[in-house]
Amino acid sequence: MEKKIRVLVAKVGLDGHDRGAKVVARFLRDAGFEVIYTGLHRTPQEVAMAAVQEDVDVVGISLHSGAHMALVPKVINYIREYGGDPDEMVILVGGIIPEDEFEDLKAIGVDGIFIPGTPISEIIDFIKEMVPKKKEQARKKKAVA
Amino acid sequence: MEVEEIVEGILSGNKRALARGITYVENDFLEGKEVMKRIYKHTGRAHVVGITGFPGVGKSTMVSKLTQEFRKRGKKVGIVAVDPGSPFTGGALLGDRLRMDGLDTNRQLWLDPGVFFRSMSSRGKAGGLAAKTGDVVRLMDAFGFDIIMVETVGAGQSEVDIIEVADTSIVVLMPEMGDDIQINKAGILEIGDIYVVNKADLGGAEKTEKWLKAMLMMDQEAVEILSKTTHADELAVESGEIFARMKKGKGWIPPVIKTVADRGDGIDELANSIEEHKHFMEESGLLKERRARRLSRELFDLIMDEIKDRLAHDESLGFREMVNRVINNEIDPHTAVEQLLKVLIRENGV
Amino acid sequence: MGLDSDDPLADGEVGKVGVAVDTLKDFEVLFDGIPLDKVSTSFTINPPAGIILAMYVAIGDMQGVPRNQLRGTIQNDMLKEFHAQNTLVLPPEPSVKIITDIFEWGVEEVPKFNLISISGYHIREAGSTAVQELAFTIADGMAYVEAAIERGIDIDKLAPQLSFFFNSHNNFFEEIAKFRAARRMWAKIMREEYGAKNPRSWWLKFHTQTAGCSLTAQQPLNNIVRTTIQAMAAVLGGTQSLHTNSFDEAWALPSEEAVRVALRTQQIIAYESGIPDTIDPLGGSYYVEWLTDKMEKLAWDYIERIRKMGEGSVLRGVLKGIETGFFIKEISNAAASYQRDVEEGRRIIVGVNKFAIEEKLKIPILKVDPEVQKRQIERLKKVKAERDNEAVKDALDWLRSAAENNENVMPAILEAVKAYATVGEMMGVLKEVYGTYKKPIII
Repeated sequence: MEKKIRVLVAKVGLDGHDRGAKVVARFLRDAGFEVIYTGLHRTPQEVAMAAVQEDVDVVGISLHSGAHMALVPKVINYIREYGGDPDEMVILVGGIIPEDEFEDLKAIGVDGIFIPGTPISEIIDFIKEMVPKKKEQARKKKAVA
Repeated sequence: MEVEEIVEGILSGNKRALARGITYVENDFLEGKEVMKRIYKHTGRAHVVGITGFPGVGKSTMVSKLTQEFRKRGKKVGIVAVDPGSPFTGGALLGDRLRMDGLDTNRQLWLDPGVFFRSMSSRGKAGGLAAKTGDVVRLMDAFGFDIIMVETVGAGQSEVDIIEVADTSIVVLMPEMGDDIQINKAGILEIGDIYVVNKADLGGAEKTEKWLKAMLMMDQEAVEILSKTTHADELAVESGEIFARMKKGKGWIPPVIKTVADRGDGIDELANSIEEHKHFMEESGLLKERRARRLSRELFDLIMDEIKDRLAHDESLGFREMVNRVINNEIDPHTAVEQLLKVLIRENGV
Repeated sequence: MGLDSDDPLADGEVGKVGVAVDTLKDFEVLFDGIPLDKVSTSFTINPPAGIILAMYVAIGDMQGVPRNQLRGTIQNDMLKEFHAQNTLVLPPEPSVKIITDIFEWGVEEVPKFNLISISGYHIREAGSTAVQELAFTIADGMAYVEAAIERGIDIDKLAPQLSFFFNSHNNFFEEIAKFRAARRMWAKIMREEYGAKNPRSWWLKFHTQTAGCSLTAQQPLNNIVRTTIQAMAAVLGGTQSLHTNSFDEAWALPSEEAVRVALRTQQIIAYESGIPDTIDPLGGSYYVEWLTDKMEKLAWDYIERIRKMGEGSVLRGVLKGIETGFFIKEISNAAASYQRDVEEGRRIIVGVNKFAIEEKLKIPILKVDPEVQKRQIERLKKVKAERDNEAVKDALDWLRSAAENNENVMPAILEAVKAYATVGEMMGVLKEVYGTYKKPIII
């Protein structure tokens, strides 16, 4: 059986804008992924715990409040704290993110940033490409260690 | 993660290892089989509670509230929630987790160290249950959960699947569900150990409760009459769990409990009933019996899957050739089966 | 959300989506040197709207401005939060009860102040169609009016203090028709259904904001054109006030330059174009009239459905719809459908799925000073240390008892505000009494 790609679509913090997250969740499901949507107002700890228990391949965080630099690193750190390996996962951020913060996000482990106007088919292709890549990278890293 | 790592992790309470083990098993990886082989002897302790019912009756809320209640009673709880997947794309929107919240604003359940929640998709299996639910339950069992709740989509036939996995089956209904005959047909009245009428604050709850109780009593009587007249011939009366369950004489009459899960009303009573059922099953020896029956079915299924798999993938068994011979009228289907079986058995050195 | 700036859940978000207000002290700083009898202030605030209104009144009292001179608006529309915007704290019934308290108190205390801004903007932003925006907003308006009538409030007293807030999206004529239909429907409803006698009560006063969700991150300067078209539609549709978005808002909070362009857009329409000089200039246009009739009919269809759900009452129908997820489902489906149209090229977004270019963004982006959070928390600590905590406790107890005994909560809120109780403390009491809301989950 081919491994199904599992995606966590997360809304972190007080931001209540869920149109994007819900639409993306639907489209990802139609693309054949197993999608777990966290609902609104989750804390970084809750998102991280879900990512670990559900053993997801992708964590997608949706933010429109400008709080991404505060919240995304927390999610990644909590995943590690709960025993998960964020290096194995594809970490995506979507929403309102200024371009000059892309590099900062990538530096802390975000693999892809998707701003308004991105066709969802692009997100789907990105996921399909990156999931095996990240697992391979993580495996190599461990082999070296 | 390596097999040993996962097994060790599961047995020592590492949630990440459990999560990974479930992934392997879910996806039929060879590692999954290895893990299952090794953890089996650590299973059998947990009480498996199945919760099923039509969409919209409030199963998720019920699971959430029951989990809180059991946590209060000091039990560790593992939850498997199965959502239907698309038969066309294979994708699924697994929405049960987000329906699980703790006490009002506290939202403890997501972070409660004594709780583990896993969402699964039914991945096209005909019933509502995910194909690997039994194994996933075993993994959680080995991990050390006292109670494992399996929540499934109930859409008619799939309720019956829950008995393949659960020690205690709970069927959740709500008032005014429409056609009573529909419910009867779906087999619901045969598989529940406990019946719940949720959203009992809506009109019609008493009526539904009375009706259920009447139907369940009727079944009891019918069973008793039947078992007397057919001489309790084991093979002949194989047409339903309830007959087998009743054979030992003193039976369990499924209670009907009214709840308003949103408010937490009736959850206490339900939890008590679950624990009572567990004791009943243990005292009466029915637990072992039920598990044995379940295991036979499982082994049959596994063997059948294995045989199908080999026939499909092992060229040397000549399945495709045989099919062609039957189509070309060179041989009839029954003879074909006899010959194939001979080949299979020979393959295994018997 | 009714959380104080030092609440752990607010970490990283203080001062980002709006001004951080925890106690009356923050208002004193904000309005220092601003005479409340000379200005009008609008507050985009919902669950704690009563608290914010009380703070404004308290400042007015401090300045010696008579309450009946205070002018402004509080958004105070919880129904649309349940449908779309998701700033949720208390459950629907208590939320409506508190809004009705604000009406009851406000018609007497602050007769010049708009006590609500019944909003369709957010519903549209969440992905609804124009018809849904129109129908659900009018339905919400009807729900609030029914609640007020049930409370015994004189409808002709309240009506002038109701206002509306719509979106203005890309389809020029559809939007104009929508605004016109809204005005016609509301006049009929107020006059014929609710028996308002004063012609002023039949007026639909509305504010419009150009559609945030139509802004593209790609080729952002194009947004200036979009905003202009949307602004024109709003003016031609008869809006009383207007907010034009800034072209960089798909990227971040707007820079000063971008805000200036947005302002100039309005000023050019207002002073150079002649568009606002005639009332309803498109009246009589065969197409606009036809479209207005059509939108009105489709909106009525929805409203009748909602009324049926409430067995004759639009208020109960809206509450039922919230409970069953009716509104969320309608909006979610519309949003998914819109996206599908975009993905499959049936809906063209210039610069995004057509006429796209390779681009490197070179626009200045606004950054919020991370010190804001720290400073606010310091200020809050100081206030808590210096206030009379006994007085705060007494006021909160009064608030709790008012809530428990189904009395109007505004007098108690005003007392608590003056004692420097925090927003979090006051909302906390209300949460205790009324519970916290859990949104039904529909994707």
